[in-house]
Amino acid sequence: MTTIYILWLRQLKRYVRSRARMVASLGQPLLFLLGLGFGFGPVFQKAGQGNYIQFLAPGVIGMTILFTSIFSGIELIFDRQFGFLKEMLVAPVPRLLIMIGRTLGGATVAMLQGLIVVLICLIAGFRPHLSAIPAGLLYMALIAILFTALGTAIASVLSDFQGFQFVMNFLVMPIFFLSGALFPLNNVPTALGALAAIDPLSYGVDGLRQSLTGIAHFGGALDLTVLSLVSAVCLLVGARLFNRIQL
Amino acid sequence: MIRVENLTRSFGEIEAVRDISFNVARGEIFAFLGPNGAGKTTTIKMLTTLLRPTSGKVEIDGLDPASHQHEVRQRFGIVFQDASLDDELTAWENMDLHGALYGVPRKIRNERIDMLLKLFELSDRRNDPVKQFSGGMKRRLEIARSLLHTPAIIFLDEPTLGLDPQTRNQMWSQVKKLNEEERVTVFLTTHYMEEADRVAHRIAIIDHGRIVAQGTSAELKQQTNSETLEQAFLALTGSSIRDEGADAAAAMRTMARMFRRPR
Repeated sequence: MTTIYILWLRQLKRYVRSRARMVASLGQPLLFLLGLGFGFGPVFQKAGQGNYIQFLAPGVIGMTILFTSIFSGIELIFDRQFGFLKEMLVAPVPRLLIMIGRTLGGATVAMLQGLIVVLICLIAGFRPHLSAIPAGLLYMALIAILFTALGTAIASVLSDFQGFQFVMNFLVMPIFFLSGALFPLNNVPTALGALAAIDPLSYGVDGLRQSLTGIAHFGGALDLTVLSLVSAVCLLVGARLFNRIQL
Repeated sequence: MIRVENLTRSFGEIEAVRDISFNVARGEIFAFLGPNGAGKTTTIKMLTTLLRPTSGKVEIDGLDPASHQHEVRQRFGIVFQDASLDDELTAWENMDLHGALYGVPRKIRNERIDMLLKLFELSDRRNDPVKQFSGGMKRRLEIARSLLHTPAIIFLDEPTLGLDPQTRNQMWSQVKKLNEEERVTVFLTTHYMEEADRVAHRIAIIDHGRIVAQGTSAELKQQTNSETLEQAFLALTGSSIRDEGADAAAAMRTMARMFRRPR
């Protein structure tokens, strides 16, 4: 328990101290929300889909959590390069606890970052159902855990930063763009629909959107099931790969 | 304290460590010397549970590192060749995290952190983030940290690499002091022969995976008719230059240096 707590605390301290990173990582959601939100707003409205900010906000919240949590997981490469990984791996504690502590820490950081974006969305005119806050938080937490675990799993097999760009371009960006964070998944071409259906973030964004605004595509039951299952798989695979790291 | 019998480790075709045997007594300072690529790091990895031997026997305080991983880990502290601190955390936080990982109770932890930071002259910088530390300060902090959980043995893998003579000198005085006061066994590697000569009670020299000589510094000099340990070392290991294969770890080290932010 101490192990999990102390490593969780470490992630939080690192987050709070790197204010530059905190601010820098808010730039992107801000741009999406304001640029896309207000830019496409009138078209969206004309197409009879209602208020675009209302539709987009859950997507931008999901995006923030996706990027922050993948990065938190991938930070493991930093730990390896700057050597701190050795200190953790040679300690007399099971690796599983180290992995859990790190993942929970990273997920917490992603949640905090997501909450900041929620505030920004509120300022930009987003109006969620207040009764849906607990469900919204649950979805945010699931997205955070899922992608931190995925990031950890990836970082466990990457030995340096060369692979990071690859992961960003061929995994993280597609996960984001195909998730329905920016556009409704109803009536999209079949191929795109199929891709969205295998994208775990689609279910995260859908769950968030449904709980916060009532707009649903897959429906809450399916969202929760898929997110929980994929999170569990990512945690298991992450733990396994983390366990295989050699110094 | 450390007992090694007929220890061998091969990587595929290559035998990195070949049938070595030695003992280190409790409270002893033991220097393990050898040219680059001689098998020092592979041996340390096997002693510290990070690598399983191909054959042979290792005992740390009577325990086999392969089958009693956590018990053995609890009994030693290690300072790696490269930094292993969290640069974003302060000196005190790095120590505290270590103490928590090793299950040192809060009260004892605080007392020992105070004591060790004082001994290694880092008390006034305890609340500064490690990224603001010089190379020498980081090394001192790492040694202090390795001693926090009151280990029976500390492994120091080239702890003085790249430090100025003043810092090195002072660091060894501090290690010697702890060795005398807490009876902690010290297993060290270094390329500075005069350091080994000064601090080590006993020395083993390894080359091409085999131990080519062991004994006190005086014995090694006598055996080779040399005046200094450096001459003895060259007499035993030859004077050709060894180039270590550029492995992933070395590449990573270079990367880490590139990414290290200027202070």
